Amino acid sequence: MTHPPRRCLAAAAKAAFPPTIPILAGFIFLGITCGIYAGSLGLPWWVPPLMAICIFAGSAEFVVASMLVAPFNPVQTFITVFVINARHLFYGISMLDRFRRLGRKRAYLIFGMCDETFSINYATEAPKGIDRGWFMFFVSLFNQLYWICGCTLGAICGTLLAVHIEGVSFAMTALFVVIFLDQWLKDSVHAGARAGILASVGALVIFGPDGFIIPAMALILIALTLARTPVERALAASDGRDGDDA
Amino acid sequence: MTTMQMLATIAVAAAATILTRALPFIAFPAGRQTPAYIQYLGRVLPGAVFGLLVVYCLREVDVFTGTHGLPEALGVLVAGGTYLWKRNMLLSIALSTVLYMLIVNAA
Repeated sequence: MTHPPRRCLAAAAKAAFPPTIPILAGFIFLGITCGIYAGSLGLPWWVPPLMAICIFAGSAEFVVASMLVAPFNPVQTFITVFVINARHLFYGISMLDRFRRLGRKRAYLIFGMCDETFSINYATEAPKGIDRGWFMFFVSLFNQLYWICGCTLGAICGTLLAVHIEGVSFAMTALFVVIFLDQWLKDSVHAGARAGILASVGALVIFGPDGFIIPAMALILIALTLARTPVERALAASDGRDGDDA
Repeated sequence: MTTMQMLATIAVAAAATILTRALPFIAFPAGRQTPAYIQYLGRVLPGAVFGLLVVYCLREVDVFTGTHGLPEALGVLVAGGTYLWKRNMLLSIALSTVLYMLIVNAA
C-alpha cells in the first residue's frame, strides 16, 4: 500500500470535521458525565480514558464502570457487554460493501463503529475529490477523540467542573432524527424505516427501556424477513427507475 | 477488584464490543459472495437502525408523568421540520438542541 500524499489526508480531515460537530458537543458532555460517574464510584482516574480508548461504546462503558466495583466476573461482563452492543451487528451488515478495499483503515473503521460514527459514515457522502476511506477514517477518529477528551476531563476534574448543563445530550437525539429523515427522503422503499420504528416502539412498550433492544432487533429481522419478497420486488423496481444504481 | 482484575474486565468488555462490530465482516469475508439474504438485509437494515436509534434515545421519556415528553416532542418536531425546510443537518441539530435546553432549564 502506497502512502497517500499529506495534502490528500489534510483535505479528508478537513472535510470530515463539519459532520462531526454535533458529536463534539454531545460526546464532550456525555464523556464528562461518564468520567464523573466513574469517579463517584471510587474508580481510579485512568479508568474512563482507558475505556474510551479501548471500548469506545458509551452505554456499555457506564455499565462496565459499575461492574468494576462489583466482584470480578469476566463471563458476566462479556455477555452483558455483547448484549448491550448487539445492535452493532446490524451496522456491520450495512457496511459490508462500503468497507471493501480500504486496506488497513478498515480495521480501525470496524473497531470505531459506535452509533454516531456508523450513522454519519452511512448517511454522509465524502465531498467530491475527497478519498471516501480517509473521510470515514477521520470521522471515526474525531468522534473517538471527542469521547476520550470528555471522559478524561470528567475523570480528572470530576465534580470540580460541576457541569450539569441539562439537555445537551439532546444533540444526539436530534442527530438521529435528522439522519432518519434524511434516509427516508433518499429511499424510495420505506419498509426498513417503518419496521424499525414500529418494532422499537412495540418492544419498548412491552419490555420497557432497559430490555427492549434485543426484542426490537428480533422483531425487525422477523418483519423484514417475512416481507422480503415484496420488498425486494419494490427495491428492484426503484433500482430500475434510478438507472443502474444497484 | 485488584488493578489486574480491572484491566482484565476492561479488556473483556473491549473484546465483546469489537466482536459485535466485526462479526459480520468475519462471517461474510470480502473475497466470497455474500448470501443474497444478507445483501438484502444490508439494504433494508439502515432505515430500521436509524428508527431504532431514535426510539433508543427517547426510551426514558415518560408520557404519563413530569413534562409528559413535551420538550422531547417539540425538539424532535423542530429538528425534523427545519430539516425538511433547509436540509441543513447542523442547523437543525443546533436549533432543536438549544430550544430543548431552554425548555428543560426553564421548567
